[in-house]
Amino acid sequence: MKRFLAFVSKEFKHILRDYRTLLILFGMPIAQILLFGFAITNEIKDAKIAILDFSKDNTTQEISNKILSSGYFLLYKNLSSTRDIEPAFKEGIIKEVIIFEPEFGKNLEKSKLANIQIIADASDPNLANMLIGYTSSIILDYQKDLLKGKTLPPIINTDIKMLFNPNLKSVFMFVPGLMAVILLLVSAMMTSISIAKEKELGTMEILLVSPLNPLQIIVGKVVPYFFISLINYIIIIILAKNVFLVPITGSIILLILESVLFLLTSLSLGILISTISNNQQTALMISISALMLPAIILSGYIFPVENMPLPLQVISNIIPAKWFIIIVRGIMLKGVSFSYIVTETAVLAGMTLFFVLLSIKKFKIRLE
Amino acid sequence: MQNNFIIESENLTKKFGHFTAVDAISFSVKPGEIFGFLGANGAGKTTAMRMLCGLSIPTSGKATVAGFDVYKQTEQIKKNIGYMSQKFSLYDDLTITENINFYGGIYGLSKSKLKEKTEYLLDLLKIPEMHTGKLLVSLPLGWKQKLAFSVAIIHEPKIVFLDEPTGGVDPITRRQFWDMIYEASHNGVTVFVTTHYMDEAEYCNRVSMMVDGRIASLDTPYNLKKEYNAGNMHEVFVKIARGR
Repeated sequence: MKRFLAFVSKEFKHILRDYRTLLILFGMPIAQILLFGFAITNEIKDAKIAILDFSKDNTTQEISNKILSSGYFLLYKNLSSTRDIEPAFKEGIIKEVIIFEPEFGKNLEKSKLANIQIIADASDPNLANMLIGYTSSIILDYQKDLLKGKTLPPIINTDIKMLFNPNLKSVFMFVPGLMAVILLLVSAMMTSISIAKEKELGTMEILLVSPLNPLQIIVGKVVPYFFISLINYIIIIILAKNVFLVPITGSIILLILESVLFLLTSLSLGILISTISNNQQTALMISISALMLPAIILSGYIFPVENMPLPLQVISNIIPAKWFIIIVRGIMLKGVSFSYIVTETAVLAGMTLFFVLLSIKKFKIRLE
Repeated sequence: MQNNFIIESENLTKKFGHFTAVDAISFSVKPGEIFGFLGANGAGKTTAMRMLCGLSIPTSGKATVAGFDVYKQTEQIKKNIGYMSQKFSLYDDLTITENINFYGGIYGLSKSKLKEKTEYLLDLLKIPEMHTGKLLVSLPLGWKQKLAFSVAIIHEPKIVFLDEPTGGVDPITRRQFWDMIYEASHNGVTVFVTTHYMDEAEYCNRVSMMVDGRIASLDTPYNLKKEYNAGNMHEVFVKIARGR
């Protein structure tokens, strides 16, 4: 035990002395969560639009007001002719044009049919889709008001409720993924690099010749990163909860236990990578290409797994981050209890065991 | 096997696939001896040494180190040996004291013993106190190499294995380094050293010449020179390597 402690204390010295890496280790999670929280947003707020009103009656005025007072849209200018539409879009400021046909109000009253055209700038397809969605629902809303008290045509009323994230805040979705990526980055990547470093410098030989056994060496390497990751993790939770008001509806103890499990998965991955790489560069390259990229792209962190083509959906199952993200979203946003995430937990535990066994096997082969 | 040898090897062999790195080598080393393991790069010196240190399991043959079997008792062997490799074996980003404390620590030295050893070493290596708190990276290579050797025997092992310890070091430092080896040998530590500097072979008590994984010749430097009718060890080596 004394030998082991001497080893761990050496590891901490290595880490604390390398202040640049230390700065990255602790600065990056904070930078990432602030970036994702503030910069990347799927919400619409004050989108600039133009209105081309050929009718200019009470009804069109009411609809326009309703749209502009929603908080999502801002009137940039009123157009007077269809020829103005294209130049207006080319200017690049407005994202949508709403056109009311002539005699809109009269048509609506007489023939019960009036037309509005919505033109959106689809150079950003996602945004265009959202703008149109928002606009149509406002118009639909207006239509419902018109029908009040009248029993004319039977209509199906859709009542929409957004569960777990009523304001559709994207930061709610990013935080769980961010946790996964940071934990992976710090624990897996840094562990693999630090073990590979001993190999590269030749000090691994000395350690193996010493009475320390290989298990002590590996565990000793992992311990400091375990604590650093834990600290990082707590920083993320505090920022998410206090700056972005992400709720933790479920049990925080369960959340932490699950995160520790994922931390162990990441660490075991780091060890596995270090057994197959002989220098720091290789360890870094493998960590980035085999861990980081899949964790960002295929885990459901940013892009929903359900929308991927089938082969990718299948592949996503072998990515630990995917399971962890499901767990974290479940606990934080939906407040689920352990019984709902047994499968995901079992998958992570199984993966960890598999990585550890594989590493032990690889490590032994190397010693031969 | 007899017990008055500290290292004994009988037909020790290591194969990597079809390649035989070490081919049935047999030799024995007496306690306190400086035993030189010479040969060109790739002759199998390092592989042989790794087997004796318990880093690599032999393919066949028998060997004991400090009385322990290289197959089954590697843990006991590790407690009784020191090791210094051709690559620099200390940590550049730790200070001198921290390096000493670390290696002392993993060999289980007590705090008081560590303190005593640290003072002794700093005095021995004539490292001024102002340097002990500096990171190792700022020290000249010669000092580092001598420190590495001192650290390798900090736990007073029975045997110390040195794998090309003087690579890249200037002649004066090499000379000083060998003085330290003699000192250790004088104190009863067996020294097992590999090198490809033939002049260093002269410093050993006995020398084994390795060619293509086999021991081509094994004797005192004096006898070898006589046998091969050579003026120095370099000539001996050339003659052996050419097959006389």
